[in-house]
Amino acid sequence: MDAFAALLGKDLRVELRTLRSLPAMALFAVTIFVAFRFGLDRTGLEGGLAAGVLVVTLLFAAILAINRLFVAEREEGGFELIRLAPIDRTLLFAAKAAALFVYLVALELVVVPIFALFFLDSAAPLPPLVPVLLLADLGLALTGTLVSTIATMSSARDLLAPLILLPLLVPVVIAAAGAAEPVLRAGGPEYERFGTWLAVLGLYDGVFALVGYGVFDYLLDD
Amino acid sequence: MTAPLIALEQTESYVAGAYLVFVALLLIYVAIMAAKLQRIQREIRTLAELEEQTGRPSTAGQASRRQSREVEAVRGEARR
Amino acid sequence: MRTPSLRALAVAAVVTLLGGYALAFFYAPIEAEGFIQKIFYLHVPLAIVALLGFMVAAVHAIRHLRTRDPVHDARSYVSIHLSVIFAVGALLTGALWAKGQWGVWWEWREPTLVSFLIVFLLYATYYPLRYAVEDRDRQARYASVFAITAGAFVPLNFLAVRLAEPFIHPRTFSSTGGLPAEMLLAFLVCLAGMVLLWVSLVGFELGSKRASADLSRLRTALGGGG
Repeated sequence: MDAFAALLGKDLRVELRTLRSLPAMALFAVTIFVAFRFGLDRTGLEGGLAAGVLVVTLLFAAILAINRLFVAEREEGGFELIRLAPIDRTLLFAAKAAALFVYLVALELVVVPIFALFFLDSAAPLPPLVPVLLLADLGLALTGTLVSTIATMSSARDLLAPLILLPLLVPVVIAAAGAAEPVLRAGGPEYERFGTWLAVLGLYDGVFALVGYGVFDYLLDD
Repeated sequence: MTAPLIALEQTESYVAGAYLVFVALLLIYVAIMAAKLQRIQREIRTLAELEEQTGRPSTAGQASRRQSREVEAVRGEARR
Repeated sequence: MRTPSLRALAVAAVVTLLGGYALAFFYAPIEAEGFIQKIFYLHVPLAIVALLGFMVAAVHAIRHLRTRDPVHDARSYVSIHLSVIFAVGALLTGALWAKGQWGVWWEWREPTLVSFLIVFLLYATYYPLRYAVEDRDRQARYASVFAITAGAFVPLNFLAVRLAEPFIHPRTFSSTGGLPAEMLLAFLVCLAGMVLLWVSLVGFELGSKRASADLSRLRTALGGGG
């Protein structure tokens, strides 16, 4: 538990001090919103369109963070340290996934209100989106960490990570957008199959947590 | 104009098309496999000839005996 | 695996498939959907076998990680390779079925097609992944991790895509519920034939890989020695 806290704390402290990823992610997300405004030629979004724009934008911003997740370890030999340290290596997986989760939540705290400002009529849909986004963030964090680890040791890592990641995240996109679509309808938030979609997200998170826990050790071997 | 040899309705042509796609994929795969196998056979033959040409120098007797056994083993497998 | 039994397997596959298709066209009745439904006997077995193949690959991958024996990695690789080809077959035959039945080449609302597209896109990244990792040992290990992760992903993906489609859309492709006995029999024979085909092709490809490996070993042995 101490090792986990240490690893997570280190990542969060570094990010807080250097602000390497978060501002870029937020800026990227807002720019994507502008691109959608013009690409779709719409000033207001609702229902399925709003859900899609929000979820896809978060997805792309997450990829930025995922690409950079292991930069420090790669450049400063962090992997060797982890291999030598007498700790359960799966803690690295948990710590990195937790850090990624924190980044995504922090990102959403900034970006989702901006999304509402740009495209929505009212802030009423935002509270019901919270559980959806939290569960989706967990899925993004778990899968993202797993794929980032695989890609980080390969040669075309910037290309490989999004390539493998996007199909893997399709269920998250489907479920998150599926839950968000009725919530973002023009008349006011509705809840169609909300529980089902949350259950799907939860199932996804559970499966990938287990898979990550099971295989991460083998990724770190040398 | 004479009527087509096999008068096919719209839907029937799609069904035929689907099965033809399947057969085509299969044939392409088998053809690639056959080509690969032919290449392997050819290489084995070349290597076997190479091994016979170099003969059995007395100093490297044990090594070349092992090589000849390997060649024979692979040739036997290929024949099967 | 000795070649004679592989040959027997291949013959069994061809015989079963031909028998299955004969049953499909001459024994099973033509239902409400019309003649186009006959593609069902080809498309669905392709899809099912591709998916089973991906699961098998995941199992081989688990054994590879446990034992570090490259044999399991080879089996995993070949299983994925052939299942990807079968998946392409499922996509193409599915498109032809969609065109024949509904007049469109692609149907986003058909869960099997869409799920397959996503699964195909995922497993297609298996090759760039392998090429991107140069170290032999690490490449095999990462590929196994990928095969396991992707294997866990497949059922999740099907669930999500299925749910995404509102129940308005008729599930004609997957109407295995309430299938008349003749159709069921024909379908099962076609499925069995497809399974045999997959297994034979895996056997052939593994044998070919082994032969190439033997060959390079031979080449180095002869090149270095006498």
